[in-house]
Amino acid sequence: MARRSATARKQETVPKPTKMAVTLRVNGEERTLRVAPWTTLLDALRLHLDLTGTKKGCDHGQCGACTVLVDGRRINSCLTLAVMKDGAEVTTIEGLAKDGALHPLQQAFIDHDAFQCGYCTPGQICSGLGLIAEGKARTAEDVRELMSGNLCRCGAYPNIVAAIEQVMSGKGLGEKKR
Amino acid sequence: MNNFGYARARDVGDAVRRIAADPGARFVAGGTNIIDLIKEHVALPSQLIDITRLPLNKIEETKDGGLRIGAMVPNSDLAYHPLVEQRYPVLGSAILAGASQQLRNMASTGGNLLQRTRCLYFYDTATPCNKRQPGSGCSARDGINRMHAILGASEHCIATHPSDMCVALAMLEARVLATGPGGERVIPFSEFHRLPGETPHIDSNLRRDEIITTIELPPQGFAANYTYLKIRDRLSYAFAVVSVAAGLEMAGDVIRMGRFALGGVAHKPWRDPEVEAELAGAPATTETFLRVADAVLRYARGHGHNDFKIALARRTIVRALTQAARGTPQSQSDKRIR
Repeated sequence: MARRSATARKQETVPKPTKMAVTLRVNGEERTLRVAPWTTLLDALRLHLDLTGTKKGCDHGQCGACTVLVDGRRINSCLTLAVMKDGAEVTTIEGLAKDGALHPLQQAFIDHDAFQCGYCTPGQICSGLGLIAEGKARTAEDVRELMSGNLCRCGAYPNIVAAIEQVMSGKGLGEKKR
Repeated sequence: MNNFGYARARDVGDAVRRIAADPGARFVAGGTNIIDLIKEHVALPSQLIDITRLPLNKIEETKDGGLRIGAMVPNSDLAYHPLVEQRYPVLGSAILAGASQQLRNMASTGGNLLQRTRCLYFYDTATPCNKRQPGSGCSARDGINRMHAILGASEHCIATHPSDMCVALAMLEARVLATGPGGERVIPFSEFHRLPGETPHIDSNLRRDEIITTIELPPQGFAANYTYLKIRDRLSYAFAVVSVAAGLEMAGDVIRMGRFALGGVAHKPWRDPEVEAELAGAPATTETFLRVADAVLRYARGHGHNDFKIALARRTIVRALTQAARGTPQSQSDKRIR
């Protein structure tokens, strides 16, 4: 009995889940959703907008599977709140292909066999796009260092680096195809 | 995640009023540490006050030739800023040695100072920890303490400060500008973070109702003779076991003056200005560097698993000062230590 009343008291102190309106421009399309303050951008994308291409790996900013581009910069979507990103432009893996044609970096990942299970791949590709846009990588060593926030448990790292280098060097789509 | 409220601060005054009004409230900027701590049930704020839209995102030169860095400037923007690259390369190098590019794109300059230790017992709510729950005890002292402090620890806490950026800021003698209900004050970097003592739950001397607005750098940037040397368990994306930020002013082969700060070894970036003063006028030789390394580490004490850090710190100091004297700073991309 005492336990029940303690539980009841505890529930009273928990803030009501007041949902807030958030507008995001996701892959070029304006989307308004109502989310609780503690909803991460990752959960908003996956659970509210049904964009499940962005993956939840560790949910602690350690694996990089949740990487998306926000206002053109790569971030871990698991460590930011959707309410904080009201008005932001978000690009996920679903927004990269245009008119049925893969983005050159998506094609490069296929060309170089840069994945096995594929779970980390959406994060790897979004991170790779962020890296290319930043323009700080010159060498393969730079690419490895600047991609170190994306883990690949299948160990496809050499091929991931090769795929990113292909796009960095400006070689066209599928140029290294068999 | 546990439930919490959310408010967006309109300006610095509004942020201070909101934090002062609610003892359970916390600020959120980059979110990379506080949101993780909420998920781990280590932090249980009543509300998060979003300060990301405050106009504190500029990097400007000061009249005396120093630099003013807004507290909301992302770590990556700071590291790659032309004035940082030219005049304070040790700061850029230290920032790029930490975390991943995604995290650096999110994390704010002010938040980096306030990130909490990565001591595993602090994160593990099933174990006692004086920093998380004052008076419950320290699990690390007799636990797995490989990553823990060798300097300045107390019987209550042997945690380390995890930041790389702060090690460079300590060496550069940065100043922290904070605004609270009583107005603005300036905190020298050496007085910003605290040693654990009997109150390890208080990481810094920033008051609960204050907000960091600006980090100021003095003109001296050691751009010619510097290094940030970080020793860690993986080549990238790992916290420091030991790190050293070093800056020297050289006159030929003689050191005019020099400074160095250690990371990964204490509850705050570790400096010993009395020992650093011994660099002035000394030849840039291994003997000089060994002498100052031994002096800085004279009170170093291991706790079992981290005993090796004393010898490692000694070697890292010598190597870092050698790199700085030669003008061959550690690359944060090619990790070979030369």
